[in-house]
Amino acid sequence: MQEQEVQRGVLALLQRIAPELEPAQLDGRVALREQVDLDSMDFLRFLISIHEQYAIDIPEADYEKLVSLDDIVAYLRARLPTS
Amino acid sequence: MIEIKLPSLGADMDEGTLLEWHVKPGDEVHKGDILAVVDTTKAALDIECWHSGRVHDLLVEPGQTVKVGTLMARLLEPGEDAAAIPPPAPAAAAAPGAATATTGPVPPAETAAAPPVIPAALATRHPVSPAARRRAAELGIDVENISGTGPAGVVTLKDVELAAAHPAPAHDRGTDMRRLIATAMSRSKREIPHYYLSDDIPLRAATEWLRRTNLERPITERVLLAALYVRAVAVAAARHPDMNGFYVADAYRPSTAVHVGLAISLRGGGLVAPAIHDADRKPVSELMQALTDLVARTRAGKLKRDELADPTITLTNLGDHSVTSVHGVIYAPQVALVGFGEVSDRAWVNEGRVEATPVVTATLAADHRVSDGHAGARFLAAINALLQHPDQL
Repeated sequence: MQEQEVQRGVLALLQRIAPELEPAQLDGRVALREQVDLDSMDFLRFLISIHEQYAIDIPEADYEKLVSLDDIVAYLRARLPTS
Repeated sequence: MIEIKLPSLGADMDEGTLLEWHVKPGDEVHKGDILAVVDTTKAALDIECWHSGRVHDLLVEPGQTVKVGTLMARLLEPGEDAAAIPPPAPAAAAAPGAATATTGPVPPAETAAAPPVIPAALATRHPVSPAARRRAAELGIDVENISGTGPAGVVTLKDVELAAAHPAPAHDRGTDMRRLIATAMSRSKREIPHYYLSDDIPLRAATEWLRRTNLERPITERVLLAALYVRAVAVAAARHPDMNGFYVADAYRPSTAVHVGLAISLRGGGLVAPAIHDADRKPVSELMQALTDLVARTRAGKLKRDELADPTITLTNLGDHSVTSVHGVIYAPQVALVGFGEVSDRAWVNEGRVEATPVVTATLAADHRVSDGHAGARFLAAINALLQHPDQL
């Protein structure tokens, strides 16, 4: 899946948790939880929605790799079929 | 005859706005049916039917704001004759605020504070040109809510046209919620002699248990530390009845059920503290599901009425925000609030050795009319002890 496509999908899921989010204002390299007001429950709900949308498992040990939007997109692309 | 009145959906609710009826006169209704949806400052809530019967008449119109206890509808009991029902009392006229409710965006503060009857003529604050008044009536706009730009503040035709083009929001939930919080918190600080205690709780066992438990579970079943907090507070509250109940009319009524209210912040400001019911009788996994569901529904504005009405103790968790401790304001008529700060690694002495250990500062704000520091200390110690054995929680 193309990077932009994955990014759009992930942002749409994030906006379900944080409807006030302006995607254009978001810096993909900076920690998400610094830019968007997400508590641990929000973050878990966000990851669950990614799990449900893309049918990939996310072990808890991987949470620390999923800090910025770019991290999450890269993580997903490495696990999604490359059609 | 069965009278349906606007129920109180929380200690701090005194009015509600009818959004829609789900029934009409003549409909058969059964226990558990949703009769209507009412908007409060916290959320839109369903009004459930507690009886079976047939709808006789509806006495409140959608859009109308009425006080708690206002007669909203009447049902005929099975076999009851409609002819035997007296005509409705002029409920709409008697209800404060009803006269203004259908006319448009009236700030609820005015509605609530207004004396029961204000003759419309006396309520007029600024002059309105006859043309403007006619046009406003045609457009269904309340001229009282338009500021005049004419000589001496007269509302002109142009002001009305402008107001029609840019309608004010009918209901600003953020402002309403701020006022509601202000009222509840001021009342608490005025009436409740709070005392505060704190306890540093090592969480090595709890965080290890969470790590091991979550390792084996799919993401949809993983548990957050917050669920352990709810469980520990609920079990401790069940054993300490002087922390769990309501102080009403100069008397304390302990509650046998434990409904833990969770302070949940809303995006864009404000907070709500709905309850997880019977939290002392639910295992941690079930509490986690309840917690997830409650947070999602709270933020979506879809709470059930009893969730708002009946927490017996409140828990606030500011652990996500680099806060050491939180000294909470008790939600009257409850008598205790437990707070958790951030979990951080601290130098902790364990069996004579200093070890980096995850520690959280737990706090208790409790009502001194009901309990003393000694009782509060025992309650906090119970929470601490429970969190040392998460596998037994």
